[in-house]
Amino acid sequence: MMKKELVIIGAGPAGLAAALAAYEEGIEDILIIEREDRPGGILNQCIHDGFGLHKFKEVLTGPEYAHRYIDKVREKELEIMTNTIVTELTDEKEIKAFNESEGILHIKAEAVILAMGSRERTAGGISLPGDRPSGIYTAGLAQNLMNLQNIQVGKEIVILGSGDIGLIMARRLTLEGADVKAVLEIMPYSNGLRRNINQCLIDYNIPLKLSQTVIDVKGNGRLKSVTAAEVDEAFNPIAGTEYEIKCDTLILSVGLIPENELSKKAKVQLDDTTGGAVVKDNLETNVDGIFACGNVLHIHDLVDFVSDEAEKAGKAASEYIKKGHKLNKDNIFVEAGSGIGYVIPQVISKEKDQIFSMRVRKPDNDKTIKIAADGKILHEENFEKVNPSEMIKIKVSSEKFKPLEKSTIKVVAE
Amino acid sequence: MKKQNYDIAIIGGGVVGTAIARELSRYKADVLLIEKENDVGQGASNSNSGVVHSGFTAPVGSLKADVCMYGNSHFEEICSELDVPYEKTGKLVVAVEEKQIAELYNLQYIGRKNGAELYIVGEDFIEEKEPNISGKAAMYSPNSAITSPYELTIAFAENAHQNGVEISLNTKVVKISKKNSKFSVKTDRGEILADYVINSAGLYSDKIAAFSGEDRYKIYPCRGEYYVLDKNASALMSRLVYPVPPENAGGYGIHLTPTVEGNILIGPSNEYIDSVDNEATTKEVMDKLLKEARGFLPKISREMVIRSYSGIRSKIVPPEMGGFTDFVIEKSPKYDNFINLIGIESPGLTSAPGIAKYVVEMIDKMEKLIEDKDFEKTRKGITKFYELPEEKQKELAEDNPNYREIVCRCENITKQEIIDALNNPLGVQTLKGVKYRARATMGRCQGGYCMTRIIKIMQDEFDMDLEDIKLEGNNSNLFAGQAKGWE
Ligand SMILES: Cc1cc2nc3c(=O)[nH]c(=O)nc-3n(C[C@H](O)[C@H](O)[C@H](O)COP(=O)(O)OP(=O)(O)OC[C@H]3O[C@@H](n4cnc5c(N)ncnc54)[C@H](O)[C@@H]3O)c2cc1C
Ligand SMILES: Cc1cc2nc3c(=O)[nH]c(=O)nc-3n(C[C@H](O)[C@H](O)[C@H](O)COP(=O)(O)OP(=O)(O)OC[C@H]3O[C@@H](n4cnc5c(N)ncnc54)[C@H](O)[C@@H]3O)c2cc1C
Repeated sequence: MMKKELVIIGAGPAGLAAALAAYEEGIEDILIIEREDRPGGILNQCIHDGFGLHKFKEVLTGPEYAHRYIDKVREKELEIMTNTIVTELTDEKEIKAFNESEGILHIKAEAVILAMGSRERTAGGISLPGDRPSGIYTAGLAQNLMNLQNIQVGKEIVILGSGDIGLIMARRLTLEGADVKAVLEIMPYSNGLRRNINQCLIDYNIPLKLSQTVIDVKGNGRLKSVTAAEVDEAFNPIAGTEYEIKCDTLILSVGLIPENELSKKAKVQLDDTTGGAVVKDNLETNVDGIFACGNVLHIHDLVDFVSDEAEKAGKAASEYIKKGHKLNKDNIFVEAGSGIGYVIPQVISKEKDQIFSMRVRKPDNDKTIKIAADGKILHEENFEKVNPSEMIKIKVSSEKFKPLEKSTIKVVAE
Repeated sequence: MKKQNYDIAIIGGGVVGTAIARELSRYKADVLLIEKENDVGQGASNSNSGVVHSGFTAPVGSLKADVCMYGNSHFEEICSELDVPYEKTGKLVVAVEEKQIAELYNLQYIGRKNGAELYIVGEDFIEEKEPNISGKAAMYSPNSAITSPYELTIAFAENAHQNGVEISLNTKVVKISKKNSKFSVKTDRGEILADYVINSAGLYSDKIAAFSGEDRYKIYPCRGEYYVLDKNASALMSRLVYPVPPENAGGYGIHLTPTVEGNILIGPSNEYIDSVDNEATTKEVMDKLLKEARGFLPKISREMVIRSYSGIRSKIVPPEMGGFTDFVIEKSPKYDNFINLIGIESPGLTSAPGIAKYVVEMIDKMEKLIEDKDFEKTRKGITKFYELPEEKQKELAEDNPNYREIVCRCENITKQEIIDALNNPLGVQTLKGVKYRARATMGRCQGGYCMTRIIKIMQDEFDMDLEDIKLEGNNSNLFAGQAKGWE
């Protein structure tokens, strides 16, 4: 069995940044495993720009952003094993992987960083009703086909879901000569970034229909049409509002799901809300020496934040490798209270300054996010506008936690 | 179709038609199987529960009871000959209310008369065997089993093909008439002559029967919708779990079925519909499936759903009559050598081997069939790499790099398995063809990961053009062509 100090699963932005951070901390025996033929993760298919505004104060395309990290990883001669898929992971940090040239590999790691990214929610996952013809694609798959395989998926398009990938694809398909007839969104607001609505829909006169969904799909063979309808507050279609849209392609942009199949095999505890691991403030999971960052931990909208988070995981993993596992006695549990969807990390220690990542449940104006414990408010911050699609990060100094008696703090939006 | 003349023409490549084809291939006869779709098993045979029933619902002495019992006791052997998954899971018919318990005894009485092994068990038995299932009492059937209905249909067809049966896909029968002593079978791809015609056209069997002067039966299509749950849910239960059958519904009620792949099915519903082709699913029914399933298994959640589908039963009684009707397997009123199979609804999958034997005996009585000494009863399916012990995996991967590449991340399916699926003996080269043979695109990501890889294999290893890549039928193109950026 091959032995490694640190194995990172996934060479997307999370895996790459984690590797570099661990290297900075003096860990050199690192292996990054990637199932695709090149590093970069989902960024390789994101040929649009808008990456790196926070991290580099520059506007980069996805591949350009990825290359900032890939170049460094190459410069430091860190090992990336591509065309290699991890199929098993145990809580003893034993890995089974398949490599195209070497066959089956077994690797034992001292620490593992999970950086497997996410997969897309599918037609089946949202119980899309009607026929099951060809021409129904998830947005990321359509993006991959278009940008990496040069395949045109269709000509008359309806997009269901206004997540960022759907918005980006509305523009991409239009530029490719397709007729994007509408973007339908079941919520009364879009889940995409505001800048994407402006640059991808409004600029191209593509209608965004809020509080609408697809209630029927028709096509025997290739897709022929979808039936759309308005929905009420409980998301049930409102009778009499149905209308048919002729189209040969339906693109689904209905959410990403952290890809935690391996994590489950390693007995990593998952959070029902995020779909990712429950982590401590050093991004360690409940399994000693297994850390998580990036989309596998929770879905990010900005890659810059993925890189930040991954650096933290890389540092923590190197600390673990150098010093072994440190039991933390005064753990404090963090809970998402009213108005908040989730907060990461879920467990913190009193000793450190903390950055909480969170999402609100619904868009609103003038909201105060309060972090409270023992009936006292430890920290509060006001936001002119909040939106579930935009992750909020709040920094709190350790001074605030030190006097705490209770072991739970709550985050609310009021 | 390669020839002009055949001894026997079978119409319909569902599990019944292909089982008959395989049974006939034991004998010296020129057999042609005609199927309108571009693969076998595209009708009810790929969209059912995959349950091998133990025969406790059909009345004693009915043809249905006989062929079902035959199937139940021979299924394991047939599946092992044909390299098809089979698992004797056992079944619980659960009474959720006290007042249903009497009905359990009634079912047990009928079933035992048919020869099925059945027991009435109490709450503690349910609690011990299936701790997540709630019920007051149950009837336990240890011989109920599960199989892969599509793999079985494909295996019957491949084994028949390997023993000399010609299979003509993409060929629709449009008319049959008597031409001298033979039948002229006209299709959209030409005409052939045959001495015998076997009508196993499922939902279209009434239409085909009409060519033989049989007009007493009409098909009433009755749709059953399903949900498929993620493999992660499979730990919730390991046996078949059924409700007490609703009265006169002509179905078993919405049940929970573990599949041989490790998923759980919820369904089917029972909806009479207007068109035999309408395999759509509906929101109302899907909501109902989830609600009823939670009645037995409260831990089921919407997040576990990865797919929905539906299958259509070919009933020969209208909804108002409901209840039991027997399978119709008869010579036509006009011609002895035109055999009609009508109303082969559930348990048609279980019964297929028994039906095949029954039909072949009908022919044998009219014209002594001669055994073919070269008949090969075994057929080898695609090697399921990831199910093999590691030593074996290593050995295969050592010699063949295509075993080192995992193409489907959800089911861990290798490139070699995709290639094997595309090299199938029937010559089917669609995405669904790969799905039903190698399971790729069936998992939780529904092809999000593997589809681009399968397309690449189709292009690189099979020289297929983008325009020729289909989901299933001929008009189910997947792509509109090359993107502009490539020009
Ligand atoms: C379509 C799309 C558009 C986006 N647009 C923007 C934007 O405009 N601006 C912005 O800032 N952010 C954008 N984002 C967000 C950002 O790109 C993601 O948050 C980020 O890429 C997530 O990084 P990651 O490393 O966690 O995951 P990924 O990039 O998904 O990387 C995960 C890697 O792990 C590998 N992997 C997974 N499982 C295994 C295994 N078992 N064995 C081996 N390897 C494995 C995968 O192949 C992949 O390379 C976009 C995201 C998407 C999906
Ligand atoms: C919802 C549901 C659940 C079920 N569950 C079970 C179960 O758990 N266990 C069980 O034992 N049974 C079950 N059954 C029953 C079983 O699936 C069917 O009885 C069986 O599949 C019927 O097989 P078949 O070959 O007769 O029909 P089909 O599979 O429908 O095959 C008929 C074929 O004929 C072809 N055809 C029609 N017209 C023409 C033409 N003109 N020219 C050429 N070809 C033509 C069709 O394309 C089709 O492929 C279920 C059925 C349904 C619908």
